[in-house]
Amino acid sequence: MKVKMLSRNPDHYVRETKLDLQRVPRNYDPTLHPFEVPREYIRALNATKLERVKIWNLTKRKCIRTIQAHEGFVRGICTRFCGTSFFTVGDDKTVKQWKMDGPSCGEEEEPLHTILGKTVYTGIDHHWREAVFATCGQQVDIWDEQRTSPICSMTWGFDSISSVKFNPIETFLLGSCASDRNIVLYDMRQATPLKKVILDMRTNTICWNPMEAFIFTAANEDYNLYTFDMRALDTPVMVHMDHVSAVLDVDYSPTGREFVSASFDKSIRIFPVDKSRSREVYHTKRMQHVICVKWTADSKYIMCGSDEMNIRLWKANASEKLGVLTSRERAATDYNQKLKEKFQHHPHIKRISRHRHLPKSIYSQIQEQRIMKEARRRKELNRIKHSKPGSVQMVSEKKKHVVAVVK
Amino acid sequence: MSRNQAAESNLLALNQQKELEDLPKDYPLSTSEDEGDNDGERKHQKLLESISSLNRKDRQKLAERSEASLKVSEFSVSSEGSGEKLVLSDLLEPVKTSSTLAAVKKQLNRVKSKTVELPLHREEIEQIHREVAFNKSSQILSKWDPVVLKNWQAEQLVFPLSKPQSVFAPIEHVVSGWKAGTPLEQEIFDLLHKNKQPVTEPLLTPVEKASLKAMSLEEVKMRRAELQRARALQSYYEARARREKRIKSKKYHRILKKGKAKQALKDFEKLQKVNPAAALEELEKLDKARMMERMSLKHQNSGKWAKSKAIMAKYDLEARQAMQEQLARNKELMQKVQAASESEEEEEVQEEEEEPLVPDMVNGVQIKANGLNPWMFQNHFIVAKEAEVQKDLENPAEPEAQETSESEEERAVVEEETLLKEFEERRSLRQKSELNHMAEPVHRHVTKDPSSQEVLSELRALSQKLITENHQSGKQELSSARTAQREEPAREEEEPMLLQRPKRAQTLDELEELGREGCVENKELPRTAVEGLQLEKNLSNHIGTPKEKKRKEQMIDLQNLLTTKSSSVKSLAVPTTVQELEDEEERDQRQMIKVAFAGDDAIRDFLKEKREAVEASKPKDLDLTLPGWGKWGGMGLKPSAKKRRRFLIKAPEGPPRKDKNLPNVIISEKRNIHAAAHQVQVLSHPFTHHHQFERTIQTPIGSTWNTQRAFQKLTMSKVVTKPGHIIKPIKAEDVGYRSSSRSDLSVVQRNPKRLSIRHKKLLENNCVD
Repeated sequence: MKVKMLSRNPDHYVRETKLDLQRVPRNYDPTLHPFEVPREYIRALNATKLERVKIWNLTKRKCIRTIQAHEGFVRGICTRFCGTSFFTVGDDKTVKQWKMDGPSCGEEEEPLHTILGKTVYTGIDHHWREAVFATCGQQVDIWDEQRTSPICSMTWGFDSISSVKFNPIETFLLGSCASDRNIVLYDMRQATPLKKVILDMRTNTICWNPMEAFIFTAANEDYNLYTFDMRALDTPVMVHMDHVSAVLDVDYSPTGREFVSASFDKSIRIFPVDKSRSREVYHTKRMQHVICVKWTADSKYIMCGSDEMNIRLWKANASEKLGVLTSRERAATDYNQKLKEKFQHHPHIKRISRHRHLPKSIYSQIQEQRIMKEARRRKELNRIKHSKPGSVQMVSEKKKHVVAVVK
Repeated sequence: MSRNQAAESNLLALNQQKELEDLPKDYPLSTSEDEGDNDGERKHQKLLESISSLNRKDRQKLAERSEASLKVSEFSVSSEGSGEKLVLSDLLEPVKTSSTLAAVKKQLNRVKSKTVELPLHREEIEQIHREVAFNKSSQILSKWDPVVLKNWQAEQLVFPLSKPQSVFAPIEHVVSGWKAGTPLEQEIFDLLHKNKQPVTEPLLTPVEKASLKAMSLEEVKMRRAELQRARALQSYYEARARREKRIKSKKYHRILKKGKAKQALKDFEKLQKVNPAAALEELEKLDKARMMERMSLKHQNSGKWAKSKAIMAKYDLEARQAMQEQLARNKELMQKVQAASESEEEEEVQEEEEEPLVPDMVNGVQIKANGLNPWMFQNHFIVAKEAEVQKDLENPAEPEAQETSESEEERAVVEEETLLKEFEERRSLRQKSELNHMAEPVHRHVTKDPSSQEVLSELRALSQKLITENHQSGKQELSSARTAQREEPAREEEEPMLLQRPKRAQTLDELEELGREGCVENKELPRTAVEGLQLEKNLSNHIGTPKEKKRKEQMIDLQNLLTTKSSSVKSLAVPTTVQELEDEEERDQRQMIKVAFAGDDAIRDFLKEKREAVEASKPKDLDLTLPGWGKWGGMGLKPSAKKRRRFLIKAPEGPPRKDKNLPNVIISEKRNIHAAAHQVQVLSHPFTHHHQFERTIQTPIGSTWNTQRAFQKLTMSKVVTKPGHIIKPIKAEDVGYRSSSRSDLSVVQRNPKRLSIRHKKLLENNCVD
């Protein structure tokens, strides 16, 4: 007699090793899993609520070394691309190179090289691949590390230049910003300036995008940041506005997708490159005017230095878990992230994800500036309405702040 | 544009200058000036003179200055004052005589056609330089456009983009650089060294090598195959033995035993032939075994095995059959006990099937026969019901199936006709059962049984439910039932106390029913049966006449409100005396319109539409029955009515419609404000149509709805970074571009000097000219 039996293939349910996850047969028939949208919506809501801000200090909070480098202020500092030494400029008209490692026992703390200049230097930046660095002051000087005189010095107009930055990709390009409200681009190879753009107010510093050779962002005194394509300077690609006071420093994430800005309003903000509003704002009660900010090379942390003489280390993504993630954790975070992205337009999720606690000063200033902006807009509209048609044009926000482009 | 053109021409001029510079140096150069330009300059100067001549003093001074400031140069000749244009050919005339200068002359003749423009101001030159440099660098930058675009469009970017090249360290270096520290490591090292384990490529010890060398390749292969085969066979055998050992089947073992016995028999026969003495011994052994068996009575019912069998009867089919037989015998006995009431029960069952809507139990109590002890009567009835229920449980599929097959409408139709008849039947049945009950008072005890009480309450609940259903289906049935009930008050009054409980239940039920209708204010429960009866009478009166009237009125309201209203309004509005003729005309017209639109009745359509809208907006009952859950399911089998009733979640009645009192308005109440707070109001930026947005929302991304692979793909994050890994700026080599071979430094060192020298030269030249 033939006996008919229910049979199952062991391959479908037997694990290969004991450590494997149990195989769970699943039926993906949509009729068996109803209400997918409401369920995912709830999950997205929970994922959005999970976000939180944490402040992390460095585990070893010790100053390793203190160097009496200059007489007077140290105006600029930059590291060599290899990380073995760093350069400083000060009010004493000198450029000094220092070793990164401390002096061994019995050795004097001395700079490797010292260059005496003729004028005061206000900023310094090192070339990304070669032994070349650039200083700025009255003019932009390009130096070879081995020489005591600049290879070439470039100038355009007569004003003090506050900072100079090398392009990390096309390394012969430089950008500088001067106190007469302009940003000047230079070509090191041809030893000539390229173009100058004059904005409404002074630009404090610029930063190049490390993934896109022609994009740079300028931190301006008029509370905004401007992202330019250096080939078309007459219109910024994006105007980033959220700060309520002058922006003092800006630095790009090494991924080139975001940048962080430090402001006089005692906060730092993280902006996506393609968004005009910030993604995140960091502040603490004790942090005063933030003067400089840097993104770490692994894109996970942000460091900022502020007026009350502290250096703070922040997580670049506040809700991210530190340390090793298991694959399931990673899958869960990815899924949450995607859900947030999917339901980002839903009012509750938008509200929760956008909500940030702000100090009262910043909060009230934001309100105030909103009113001012609205008033200005209304006035402009009224002016258009009551003047001859076509005689008064609406100027877009992007074009408004660019005064001129000088060739 | 003009500026650009000027710039281009300037560049051209510069180029020409360079060309000239490259000329052989031994010839004296005479760079001619552009006459036309000079001419213009002269004119300009003259104009200036004429303007300044207005003031005499200035004119004199100017004249002096013009003499002094005249440029004297070996390269240029001024034709100031002559008033004529200087032509190159004039200058070349004297050269004709000397034949040695023929080459130069030729060259100069060639130059003649080209004209060099006035050199520009230094500022302008710098500007041109800047522009050229800018164009060049933006061209260089433009090569990054596709890379940037690709990175933005990439589904996933994993940073750092360029993977660090793994460094290959030879194993010898690693091994030699490492010392054994712990004792275990040392031991391992000793072992390895003893066997002269090599560290590099051919991972074979000298002994192995030698053994390999000893055999030829084919031999090795054969040997290996043999070994493999032996190993495989052994493993098969082991597996088989293990499998056989694990078999639990009794049958298999029985067969195995039988086989063994047969084998033994065969062996025995063989043995008999070969060696009779040994066979005799064997026979004795068998005899002994039989004796042992008889002594021990091992295979009797009292044995261990038999007892275990009895325990296992639950799970064994045969045992179950036996049990069933036993049960059947029991049943037979039981049937013998209830032999007289059997027919009645059957009938009741039929009744139940036909008309399960009337609460039997209640009726049973109400109908009282011949003044016998009502307790007994009731008890007996309950027992009968219980038996019935048991029967039901035994073969539950039948009545349920029948029930389900009956549609509600049919039932409604049947009920009206059969109701009275049934009552009468039941009465007769009661009488019969009473008699039976007299005969067997044993059943009385059963009332104390809690289980029976449960059954009772359940029955009551069921009957109530059914009544409510009945009410909804048809009002008249109820009233008829009431009339039927009212025929028996005389009997009921005899035993009021007994009737109280079930009675109350009924009235309660009715109260609820009436409350739903909305015409009962007094909801007090009747304390006594008399009160209950009175109330019932009142209620029945209520229901009998005014209720129906009200209903009718309502019907009129709903149906004819629109038409009646319009007519009345018209009669009020139109003054009668003035417009009789017009009235007639209007009437005619209306008649015509009526005739024309005879087919479509807009009002009725609207009412119908509204009714549909109301129906659609009513909350729906939720049916959670799962076919096959707890009972057999499949084709032709439907879940029982009990199950359906149990898993049917009645929708709570919503708030009254806003257009309840507005007959000619439909107000849609679909918008839910609680849900609206969670809904997207405005279509946001990347979407152009709400369909797109809805589609993105509709597609789930969770692992509940997607396979693992798809889930991973859907939830892939756009940018992946690893903690502690340095991300360097993108390089030309990373994306497959050729990076410039020369370093920036070398370019700077070579170019700017020259450039500056050339600049200076050019600028000097320009200044001189």
